[in-house]
Amino acid sequence: MEEAISPECDGDTIIRFREVTKVYPLPGGDVVALEKVSLDIGKGDFIAIMGPSGSGKSTLLNLMGCLDTPTSGNLCIKGRNIWGMSDEDLTVLRRDYLGFIFQQFNLLPLLTALENVQYPLILKTGSRECRERCIDVLRAMDLDDTLYSHKPSELSGGQQQRVAIARALVNDPEILLADEPTGNLDTKTGAAIMHLLDDLNRDRGKTIIMVTHDPSVAEYAHRIIRIVDGKIS
Amino acid sequence: MHSLMFFELARRNVRLHWLRSLLAILGIIIGVVTIVSMGILGNSLVLAISDSLSSVGDSIIVTPHTGGMGFGGGQSSNLLSDRDVEQIRRSAAPHVTIPVYSGSSRMKIGSEDTVGTVYGLRPDDIPILLEVEEGSFLRGSSGAMVGATFAEQNEIKVGSRINLGERGSLRVVGILKERGMGFDINPDFGIVVEDQWFSQAFEQEEYNQVIVKVKDLNEIEEVKDSIDRTMNRKETVVDVIDTRAILETILTTFGQISTFTTVIGGISLIVAGVSILNIMLMSVTERIKEIGVIRSIGTQRKEVRRMFLYEALILGLIGSSIGGALSLIGGYAVSMVMLQTTEYLFVPSSLVYIVYGVGFGLGTSLISGFYPAWKASNLNPIDALRHE
Repeated sequence: MEEAISPECDGDTIIRFREVTKVYPLPGGDVVALEKVSLDIGKGDFIAIMGPSGSGKSTLLNLMGCLDTPTSGNLCIKGRNIWGMSDEDLTVLRRDYLGFIFQQFNLLPLLTALENVQYPLILKTGSRECRERCIDVLRAMDLDDTLYSHKPSELSGGQQQRVAIARALVNDPEILLADEPTGNLDTKTGAAIMHLLDDLNRDRGKTIIMVTHDPSVAEYAHRIIRIVDGKIS
Repeated sequence: MHSLMFFELARRNVRLHWLRSLLAILGIIIGVVTIVSMGILGNSLVLAISDSLSSVGDSIIVTPHTGGMGFGGGQSSNLLSDRDVEQIRRSAAPHVTIPVYSGSSRMKIGSEDTVGTVYGLRPDDIPILLEVEEGSFLRGSSGAMVGATFAEQNEIKVGSRINLGERGSLRVVGILKERGMGFDINPDFGIVVEDQWFSQAFEQEEYNQVIVKVKDLNEIEEVKDSIDRTMNRKETVVDVIDTRAILETILTTFGQISTFTTVIGGISLIVAGVSILNIMLMSVTERIKEIGVIRSIGTQRKEVRRMFLYEALILGLIGSSIGGALSLIGGYAVSMVMLQTTEYLFVPSSLVYIVYGVGFGLGTSLISGFYPAWKASNLNPIDALRHE
């Protein structure tokens, strides 16, 4: 994956949008979800994306997460222009450089906490010699050892989110993408999770991009991007 | 290592939904057992038939033309003369030509009255056609050899006397080995006497049929044609058939019956395949969100595909192996019920059906898994993630 940096992606930024437009063709007419968005996110940034429902927040996050590609414009992730990339390459990009944290945690119900963390690492390395590393990552999330063998259904929301963050971190990605990470948690647990993300940003230099409705959560970010009707305001 | 993890995920999913997995496995088991039992039954049937038929595939039978097919004995009006036999002998040379008298007669054995077939053969020809079980071959003119079944039914032993009424009386010199049903002669149910004795006793000069033994099977067609050309030059005087062709026709027919029953088994396997398809599609639908998650955290399409194929494979593997084991019992049961014997069960040509059955079971499961696996792998991760 360490390929030459595309010329249009040159620079210090880890994520760069240049006039990115995303149009969803629908039977009732095309819907423009993002219109000519230009945006630079530097390494180590902590960014909150805010905006009303349907404003294009999710589309922005999906594009950053390489789950979708722009209709037009250049989108660079880690110096690579993802326009026209194959599904296989995008998948590898997600696996190796991006960590996902979801509102509903989205752990795999069939796997234990530890196995959930092992999953992306096995995907990447193809090796099961990763138990120690995964336990280390889980420990750093302040999760009790006894819970490692529990299935997600046996864990509380806060515990599940800690496991999910551990899963996002296990391949040591530079970018963490969080979609309402505290949306399903009570205030106290939510604050603990935000502290965890804050530490990851501060101590380990992870670039964090987070979608949120909650202004108190957005306060953790260095920068807030507000988006209305597909445009950055 | 990837594969192991996906296999493990598939295994856990099969276990989580154990009831419907069990039902799908049951379907495969039934399919495999049916296909294998039917196959074994068909094969045993063919084996049993070919065993009971005299295995002589090397004979050409020449009978007087009667307009229809009638072999064996009894056509007193239409017979083969010495001249005919000589002509056949010449056209079939150097192969052995055996003229046969046949008729039936009332017989008195001890105090019992019965009716049996009587064959008249030259003593020199008998060892070519028949084998002796007990006693010896015919030497003198007043001896008789008795077919195995006939001897058993009438409690005839070497040394017994058979009285053919005014035709005369015979002493049993030998009991023949059981020969099976033949197209030429069926001595199992009758007795064999010297040709001259027959000719006198039955007042019959001409022969009922001529058997030509062909040493090299490849020449059978040639000899048959040669006889046909010589004898039926102007009009059809004789019918010429070769036992191999009849044997082949019969075996082909039973082979077709066996194929047919196996196909019925195959249909039940298809039904099982549909049920796997069904539960796999259910599994995909239930796990759309999960598929979205694993795709978003870096699982390739082909890996998702593999995971679902493993699931089908696990169902197929369990179903087929249990089915394979059970079909031995199934095959045993059908053989016992239909053929009253299991001697044709433990032979390679029967047991190979277990391999076929298990193979088809696995194949059906995998094929049924393809579409669901393809469907799962082609989901758009964003839509899948949003799915509730």
